[in-house]
Amino acid sequence: MSTKPKDGTDIAAGLLFMAIAAFFGWQGLGLDMGTSTRMGPGYFPMVLSGLLFVLGAVILFKAFGRADDEPFGRIAWRGIGFILPAPIFFGLTVRGLGFVPALFVTTLIATQASVRMRPLPALVLAVAVTILSTLIFSYGLGLPFRRFGPWLPL
Amino acid sequence: MDLLSNLALGFGVASSLQNLMFCLIGVLLGTLIGVLPGIGATATIAMLLPITFQLEPVSSLIMLAGIYYGAQYGGSTTAILINMPGESSSAVTAIDGYQMARQGRAGTALAVAALGSFFAGSVATFLVAIFAPPLTAIALKFGAAEYFSLMVMGLVMSVALAHGSVLKALAMVVLGLLLGMVGTDVYTGAPRFTMGMTQFADGLNFVAVAVGVFGIAEILRNLEDEHDRQVMTKNITRLFPSRDEFRQMVGPVLRGTAVGSVLGILPGGGAILAAFASYTVEKKLSKHPEEFGKGALAGVAGPESANNAGAQTSFIPLLTLGIPANPVMALMIGAMIIQGIVPGPNVVSEQPQLFWGIIASMWIGNLMLVVLNLPLIGLWVKLLTVPYFVLFPIIMAMCSIGVYSVNSNPYDLFAVAFFGLLGYVMSKLRCEPAPLLLGFVLGPLLEENLRRAMILSRGDPTTFVTRPISAGLLVLSLAVLVLVFLPQIRKRRDEVFTESDA
Repeated sequence: MSTKPKDGTDIAAGLLFMAIAAFFGWQGLGLDMGTSTRMGPGYFPMVLSGLLFVLGAVILFKAFGRADDEPFGRIAWRGIGFILPAPIFFGLTVRGLGFVPALFVTTLIATQASVRMRPLPALVLAVAVTILSTLIFSYGLGLPFRRFGPWLPL
Repeated sequence: MDLLSNLALGFGVASSLQNLMFCLIGVLLGTLIGVLPGIGATATIAMLLPITFQLEPVSSLIMLAGIYYGAQYGGSTTAILINMPGESSSAVTAIDGYQMARQGRAGTALAVAALGSFFAGSVATFLVAIFAPPLTAIALKFGAAEYFSLMVMGLVMSVALAHGSVLKALAMVVLGLLLGMVGTDVYTGAPRFTMGMTQFADGLNFVAVAVGVFGIAEILRNLEDEHDRQVMTKNITRLFPSRDEFRQMVGPVLRGTAVGSVLGILPGGGAILAAFASYTVEKKLSKHPEEFGKGALAGVAGPESANNAGAQTSFIPLLTLGIPANPVMALMIGAMIIQGIVPGPNVVSEQPQLFWGIIASMWIGNLMLVVLNLPLIGLWVKLLTVPYFVLFPIIMAMCSIGVYSVNSNPYDLFAVAFFGLLGYVMSKLRCEPAPLLLGFVLGPLLEENLRRAMILSRGDPTTFVTRPISAGLLVLSLAVLVLVFLPQIRKRRDEVFTESDA
């Protein structure tokens, strides 16, 4: 443990803001700045990047000499591991597999994010969600989804 | 009288069978999802937004408005029964509401919340009808400089009203503004920050951003610690308040309505502030301040009325200026734009049916809430006993379908995952998501008006301070910023927020 108190959360937040600002600033370099009368597409973003960088730096600076008043707490690793891939999977497969199978697997992936979900209930839930959503969104609201896509040998 | 004929027009539109039905569906869906713990009004609307796209503009906005106050109402039910506010504006309700539930007065608390909300909602709807048209007239005189300054004020307000560190909230606003820059530049057509992906040429899909930052991040937070919730259902025996309780609630409801109506108009999150302010007022005025925090009726009646009044009057800046007062209104703006309506002062004159129809439907929707929800409380309570691990996969499925149905663009779903992660990391770093979303929605508007104002003034930046309205707005924003940084106010602000967290 270091002897001087510092607020770890704020250090991370400050660094993150500065990194994002640097990224936007770097990406914005190629854009035309224009003049202050006729601002180019790069003008306002550059001002914002600068502002964000300064704010990040101040947050970082103020984090030293002050104790972290609230612990960081647990991180939902399992949640991150299963919740985030669910929409990505849906996006990757909804055209190829079609709405029905894509949604079924998406829901199944999402169920795994909880330690309390057992395999059988997960399957039942995914089937129920798929059937109901297909009835509501595809048949009921008439959203233009292909129910079964070209990847399937149907 | 103009007002009456306008209101008559509005009720004519709102009471068509079709619109009544959509209002009802909206209110029910809103309550249904609002009741589910861990999902507040903002996430609810973000999720349900896509199902309204197929409807007519009026019906879709009526339904969205219904979802909004339905979710608000549902949120307070959850706050009272399991002490878990879905939305920061019902955080205050949880303090005394949950204590009342523990004392076996859950039914009374729910009824008081419903009746207070209904009264406040009715008054505030009427206020919207009275004040929106004259404000529109003023708004029509606004030039680019005034719009710019007004938006700056809105953003500053959202910073002032955010939880926690002011600096972080400011940084979140700026980050939101930057994210709003993604896409094609309107003046030159140059692609910005798209990293070569043409799918992002129209900018980031704001439904995806909202669902990610509010919905997904919220689910991840709830998954950190899976434990059983205790539902206070055993004692819902008596719903209607006794005569004595009625007498106790009149004062708080009236004051709450007044406080809420005024604060709701302020850009930057009026409903939340309204609930806090009302709680403080009631505590100060009460003859038994020691009861607060231990199940005081006034601690439920006042804030609930205030947040509902604030929720209604926050439609005023939206309908007159096209500027969102809170994240929910930002979503409404998105919905209007998708429907091909440009939000702003022209809506009243160009689309009177839409404008007055929405206003009238708010009142009808509030009536539906009271009539339907009190008898349906048993059903909502049952819903609360559904375990969370069953709920969130359903929510994930809805989010995926919803976001995809906006543009049928798979990249939007990737954006959902990305912003879900960003939102979660930000919340871990104790940064509030609301300022980010406001910044994101206002970013393009802010830039456009800044550039236009600078062209009009031939590059003279003093245009923002020489035009009186613009100068006034900027001075006000500056004053607010100075105030939140003052040590005393800062301490006081911390106290208010800590109280609500307790």
